[in-house]
Amino acid sequence: MKNINLNRRQFVQGLALGGVVAGLGVPGGKLLAAPAANQQPPLLSGNRIDLTIGAQRVDFTGRSRFATTVNNSLPAPTLRLKQGEEVTLRVTNRLRETSSIHWHGLILPTGMDGVPGISFDGIPPGETFIYHFKVQQSGTYWYHSHSGFQEQTGLYGPIIIDPLEPEPFSYDRDYVVMLSDWSDENPHAIYAKLKKLSHYYNFNERTLDDTLADLRRQGAAATWRDRSMWERMRMSDRDLSDVTGYTYTFLMNGQTPMQGWQGLFKRGERVRLRFINGAAMTFFDVRIPGLKMTVVAADGQNVEPVSVDEFRIGVAETYDVIVEPSDQQAYCVFAQAIDRSGYARGTLTPDAGLTAPVPPMDPLPILSHADMGMANGGHVMAGGGHQGHDMKAMQMDHSGHQMPIDHSRHGMMAEQAGHDMAAMSPPATPQPTAPQPVKHAATEYGPHVDMRAENPQYRLDDPGVGLRNNGRRVLSYADLRNLNETRDRREPQREIELHLTGNMSRYMWSINGVKFADAEPIKLNYGERLRFTFVNDTMMNHPMHLHGMWSELESGDDRHLPRKHTVVVQPGTRISYQVTADAPGKWAFHCHLLYHMPGMFREVHVI
Amino acid sequence: MQPQTLIALLAAGLLFSGNGLAATEDDPLLGMLNIDQLEWRDADDGSLLSWDVQGWVGYDLDKLWLKSEGERLAGRTESAELQLLYGRAVAPFWDLQLGLRHDFKPAEPQQWLAFGLQGLAPYQFEVDATAFIGEGGQSALRLEAEYELLLSQRLILSPEIELNLYGEDDASRGIGSGLSDLELGLRLRYEIRREFAPYIGLNWERKFGDTADFAREEGESTDDLQAVIGIRAWF
Repeated sequence: MKNINLNRRQFVQGLALGGVVAGLGVPGGKLLAAPAANQQPPLLSGNRIDLTIGAQRVDFTGRSRFATTVNNSLPAPTLRLKQGEEVTLRVTNRLRETSSIHWHGLILPTGMDGVPGISFDGIPPGETFIYHFKVQQSGTYWYHSHSGFQEQTGLYGPIIIDPLEPEPFSYDRDYVVMLSDWSDENPHAIYAKLKKLSHYYNFNERTLDDTLADLRRQGAAATWRDRSMWERMRMSDRDLSDVTGYTYTFLMNGQTPMQGWQGLFKRGERVRLRFINGAAMTFFDVRIPGLKMTVVAADGQNVEPVSVDEFRIGVAETYDVIVEPSDQQAYCVFAQAIDRSGYARGTLTPDAGLTAPVPPMDPLPILSHADMGMANGGHVMAGGGHQGHDMKAMQMDHSGHQMPIDHSRHGMMAEQAGHDMAAMSPPATPQPTAPQPVKHAATEYGPHVDMRAENPQYRLDDPGVGLRNNGRRVLSYADLRNLNETRDRREPQREIELHLTGNMSRYMWSINGVKFADAEPIKLNYGERLRFTFVNDTMMNHPMHLHGMWSELESGDDRHLPRKHTVVVQPGTRISYQVTADAPGKWAFHCHLLYHMPGMFREVHVI
Repeated sequence: MQPQTLIALLAAGLLFSGNGLAATEDDPLLGMLNIDQLEWRDADDGSLLSWDVQGWVGYDLDKLWLKSEGERLAGRTESAELQLLYGRAVAPFWDLQLGLRHDFKPAEPQQWLAFGLQGLAPYQFEVDATAFIGEGGQSALRLEAEYELLLSQRLILSPEIELNLYGEDDASRGIGSGLSDLELGLRLRYEIRREFAPYIGLNWERKFGDTADFAREEGESTDDLQAVIGIRAWF
């Protein structure tokens, strides 16, 4: 029912489209973004590139709106750079407000990082800032504004860096697949609505029908046990995305689902797809029905190839995959939003006239007790759409888990929520460090923090809520193994534990209960090797992005730590990565969900 | 204390409270006007217009609240009150509120000091509990609770209860000490948008104790079941 409605809505949106329509009488002129579905975003290459940020009329929904664009394009032009070369990027701001460009994932000097207030003053209206740096790495990255909410309104684009050495894998075609979320609403209005009514955009709430279905299925006692925890906590197990398809139109390379992006191939070719999540707030679950995807790089860095049916891509992450379409048929590139409120879509096809059927969206994921960092009900088992769960069955069902089950710790989470269920731990995953009982700082207590995970677990092999046991092979962080050896094999000399905190209903976000405005910088000693450990004390995924230095994810093999720039911290989990503080200066460190970022942010000083 | 003085004090309290003078990027100055109920009631005495409105200006943890409720019968205001409160978050789901209440009706205007707790109780009950001290030494307690049952994503059934208790009799206003009156409501709204929902419902009022006696003396009924139709809106 929901899906039908949604499809109809999107169909109506599509009818009014004709794509990204060029505005009339608007400074900036014609919008260059992909007027035809099979066109790629404009490509700029070389060592000297000029970019102009401007306001531009666009139409994704049948209503004309202003977008923030680069060289009149949304997404911004793809930059194709070469590893080892010096590049000069002249960025001119034609907006009426300060702007900036941050080169997401690139290792460069602090002054070139493009974060106003930390790396530089920003680019004032009418002025040009010249970025100049040496390109040290290769792979797939992206760039975006780091000013205000400009990223939501369109200021994001792909970066491809060709390597000095030949790639360790081969392919015949190369496409960028940039995912994003467009809203006709002003992002400041979205933020204000979230502050006033945090579930404003959630139209997947539990209804009376769901409760009646639970009662029929599992009886009154089990339903009560299941519901009472959430009701006491005053939280919803369907709280997956703060901002949803209610306002968002999900884009693939700037194309709406109705239009669909198109990539051509010849039968038997190996096609490289560079997925970039440039959304402001949306996690996507990506698959191509009928094709296995071989993941060859994560966040631009090569990993040991792993063949999967599906992967979840957090905001700001990138994954490079290779597919080998062997039939003379079209394939749907399907990227459904984590809350199933919509999807972005494209087609891989040998013939521009062919399109592939769009699969139905998966059932709505339902958060489990484990997603709340609770000991009880910790089984990461309820597959997508499995509504609620049978506690009795879960307490019995230890057999399917190969990992040792730790009964020693159990705990509780929310304010005044006392619980009395049997203590039980989720299936453990390989733990990079010995688990310690969780400690919460005094600053985590107060009206600004609504819950604390009392039993956060390493869940590296957990693909995440809605993807568990869905019958497909889904990528998890446990699959990521660097193709190369870890460069800095020193043991971390110290550990910094950061708790991701917030108050959902007041829509306040913080780290260790302290928001950015009140926080001291995190100080790192130049040259040191250290470990960052995160504990997620909220029920949201937070994609944590450290600027300037690699986040070497402790995914199970210390000799092959995958290097990431953005690490998703799943709700109710603990996760850690190692960092070599080899980049002197001031850096930003934050949750990449745009409306979490103002509070869930730190400055990092490497001295 | 004059209302103007109190307003100035409350405004100063807001500005100099925890967040300091200026809004930070994560915590901008926002305002909200919430017309919780604006409805016509089919009362025993005729067609009654009733409102319950709340507004605030402020930050995540500190807000200046304005609340008003009242009733008009046949073009005449039966009761009307306005509260101005400074609210400070004291727990994740709770705000403590302190301020002034001004009654325009019934009878002569009267002022109260107000002290209350508003928020979301476990099991998702919206609660507003406020104690009042009147200028003549009267005391009062008002307890309100509301629940939202989602029949669908947009069709919401909302039971509600309000109790008023007073410290002493006030014959001029028809108020008796102790439990004075109880109101039970059941409203079914359809959210055309989150911000706008028409509704229909039932409202049952019952007077108790001396309040009921005063009503009987005036020839009024002590309980009344009313059909209601109204709109709920916020922005």
